[in-house]
Amino acid sequence: MTFHILLALSDGERHGYAIIQDVAARTDGAVKISAGTLYRSVQRMQEQGLIEESRRRPAPDEDDERRRYYALTEFGTAVARAEARRLTQLVKLARASGFATGKA
Amino acid sequence: MRLYRLLLRFYPASFRHEYGEEMVRLFEERRRHASAVERVQLWIEAIGDAASAAPRVHVDILRQDLRYTVRALTRTPGFAVAAIIVMALGIGATTAVFSIADRVLLRPLPYSDPERLVRVWENAPGYPQMEPSPANYRDWTQMTGSFEQLEAHTVYAVNMLHSQPERVAGIALTWQLLPMLGVQPALGRLFTADEGRLGGPDAVILSDRLWRRSFNADPSVIGQSVRLDDTACTIVGVMPPDFYFPDRETDLWAPLTMGPGWFVDRDNAALRVVGRLKPGVTLDGARAEMNNVMAALEKAYPKENAQTRATVRLLGDQVSWQSRLLIRILTGASICLLLIACTNLASLLLTRFAARRRELTVRAALGAGRERLTRQLLTESLTLSVAGGAAGVVFAFFATPLLARLVPTTLPVPDATALDLRVLLFAAAVTIATGVAFGVLPAWRISRAAQSVSLREHARGDVGGRERLRSALVAAQITASILLLISAGLLMRALGNVQSIDPGFDARGVLTLRTALPTDRYSTTAARGQFYERVLHEIRALPGVKAAAYASFTPMIMRGGIWAVEMPGLTPNDSDPHSVSLRFLTSGYFDALGIPLKRGRDLSDSDTFDSPFVAVVSESFAKRYWPKGDAIGQRFTVSFFERTIVGIAGDVHVRGLESLSEPQVYVPYRQIRDGWMPFYTPKDLLIRTTGDPLALAPSVRRIVRNVDPELPVSDVQTMEDVVTRETAPRRTQTAVLGLFAVMAILLAGIGLHGLLSFGVSQRRQEIGVRLALGAPRSSVLRMVLREGAVLAAIGGIAGLCLSYAAGRTFESLLAGVRPADPVTYSIAIAVALLMTLSGSLIPALRALRVDPVKALRAE
Repeated sequence: MTFHILLALSDGERHGYAIIQDVAARTDGAVKISAGTLYRSVQRMQEQGLIEESRRRPAPDEDDERRRYYALTEFGTAVARAEARRLTQLVKLARASGFATGKA
Repeated sequence: MRLYRLLLRFYPASFRHEYGEEMVRLFEERRRHASAVERVQLWIEAIGDAASAAPRVHVDILRQDLRYTVRALTRTPGFAVAAIIVMALGIGATTAVFSIADRVLLRPLPYSDPERLVRVWENAPGYPQMEPSPANYRDWTQMTGSFEQLEAHTVYAVNMLHSQPERVAGIALTWQLLPMLGVQPALGRLFTADEGRLGGPDAVILSDRLWRRSFNADPSVIGQSVRLDDTACTIVGVMPPDFYFPDRETDLWAPLTMGPGWFVDRDNAALRVVGRLKPGVTLDGARAEMNNVMAALEKAYPKENAQTRATVRLLGDQVSWQSRLLIRILTGASICLLLIACTNLASLLLTRFAARRRELTVRAALGAGRERLTRQLLTESLTLSVAGGAAGVVFAFFATPLLARLVPTTLPVPDATALDLRVLLFAAAVTIATGVAFGVLPAWRISRAAQSVSLREHARGDVGGRERLRSALVAAQITASILLLISAGLLMRALGNVQSIDPGFDARGVLTLRTALPTDRYSTTAARGQFYERVLHEIRALPGVKAAAYASFTPMIMRGGIWAVEMPGLTPNDSDPHSVSLRFLTSGYFDALGIPLKRGRDLSDSDTFDSPFVAVVSESFAKRYWPKGDAIGQRFTVSFFERTIVGIAGDVHVRGLESLSEPQVYVPYRQIRDGWMPFYTPKDLLIRTTGDPLALAPSVRRIVRNVDPELPVSDVQTMEDVVTRETAPRRTQTAVLGLFAVMAILLAGIGLHGLLSFGVSQRRQEIGVRLALGAPRSSVLRMVLREGAVLAAIGGIAGLCLSYAAGRTFESLLAGVRPADPVTYSIAIAVALLMTLSGSLIPALRALRVDPVKALRAE
């Protein structure tokens, strides 16, 4: 879940609904985040310093006062990279053993 | 949308505050883009979401709070350990006392439908609880309609010959009594109607304890035969380990069969009656009916049933008022201690939070944080109280057995009280209650402070308020500790009074034991006389033995044996039934017990059935009937014969140190017809020795075995133990109460110290200014001491008033000590002063050491 949200924020800050939509789009609808789960994760990730509330806002006409935008912190970006590296590594191992298709 | 907001209520307020609007917004957006079917789906999803995510968010916060708490507590391990110990003492003491109180006062008896089980007694003026005669009992069963069953039992102590001779305390009961209690045997069966019939087969049921002790827990005992008082009885059942009836001492049950002889004498008070009320019949209803029945029986038998009525009481309602009061006082005391522990911790927490006041107030002022703060504080206090509670349960586990003496032996419940689920639940409830109690107060304080947002750097408004609260808490602690101190003191003085009561005999160096002679082999006085003489002769020859005698009963062990005396011109009346405590004796009884013979002579072995009938009486007896003249040579009738008084002995507290005892009459064991008054047959042996009484026991056993190898020796104990046992519940209670009082006063001292130290540290600058302006240091000292003194005075005066009120409620337990006993009060006041002084001393010295320059520079 955390990784999905990190990925959703990789292009820049987003608000909650956009995160949900983004995650759904990236996974072709396979991962649906509910509101409660999203904000619970957001709260935790904020506490862990992975994301922060963004001060930059889109153009005023698109903005809504009530909306909060979240962005990756440097730490969050680093964690996302590390996680991606770990996963890639795993996939490589899987391919080498023949469990997964693709280039070894 | 309002519905959705309602769903959000399941989330913690802080979370809601932070993300609620976002979530509403998100929900709105999705709903806008949804079709009708999708909307339904959306709602289902939202509900599922709240159900799964909300608890997780709660857990997240709890985990975070716990982490924070543990960090905060490990940073101040001294505080954490002190707090946990304080809580452990409070919760442990309360739990231990509760486990006793629960068993003695609260828990229903372990029989089926115990609220319908009653005991029926007769009562007559001066005798609130008398055992009915079999004849009256038989009439009751026929004349009453309130009872489903009305069953009877009587004492059945026997010599059991199995692996070795053994004295066993049992009861004989009507065969339907055990089924009435709704109990099942662990092995075998209960009695049958055939066994309950006169002349039926002799059957017996064993207690688990006896079965384990004397039969090696052998399941094949069922159907085996065992010799009880020279009769072969078949063991038909073994009861489960937790079964007791009618008391804890009973190890054997046999069917009670009453031959025609039982019903001849209506004065033959021999039975204890237990009944089961019919459903719907009230206790009062049964009482009214029983009194009518007794009125009718008085009319029919005016002599035997003169002025006799009936008492119907719940079977569970048989704990003496003294036991109840002892345990109630302890319960009150343990609650006091718990309150002190709670207030102490509340006040400690307040101090802790005072140090973080600004941080907390700022956070609280941000609104959403208030709920988080309360949660944080409660998490902290609950963590402390749960740790304290766990330690307290361990403490209670070890402390409860020490209190077991407070469970009267007359109760059919085990004395070794295990910490069972009920007690553990109680401990858990107390733990949570205390955690909330001492956490909520600081929490409430903080959120109040937050409302009056005091963000200014030196806002002190709420500090004064908090100190007032803390002062009140400290004063309350002082009040409670004085209450405990004085109650303990009064009861200690009462214990001293009771212990200083002269029992009327000299218990030092006296051994007592029982050899109950079976009635068939020793049916004649001559046969018994041979036994007594041989045994006593050999015992008197033992080195160190100064005197030895056989008597019907040992004082304070057997409290009954009451008989009415008659003499010319004496008619029994209401206020004075002319009862005496009667004993049949061999010679040497007064020497053995060290009872002073004031005048005349001891009973002697030459007082036989053929010589003149004589008696020794106690001083109170002589004074009662011959207040002016000399009682020696006077004649009166007791136990069927007219007797001449030949000696006057000192009075003895035969019924116990604290009970009023009837005057005593002693007669020679030979001066009764064979077979009459078998209950009074001498069976208690008393030996006075110069050495350790218990060291004599093996020789005595050997002598008895030589004279009669089948005779059990039982109840071997020293008279000192007997007398000491009289005050055992009191001593236990006083010791516990004293311990509570000491802990309370220490806690109160610590509380006072904490408050004053905090005050001094908060007012460093003020003190600095004062000193800088030339105020003498003594004025600063006075300021601090005065604060302590004012608190001590307020709390102390309240404590004194409460103590007096409390003392009045247990005045009956004070054995003559007045509730306003000046000695106790003076000592308590002195201790309280000492506590105040030592509690104020360190803060006062710290105030003295304030350096005006430094204090002002810090400003």
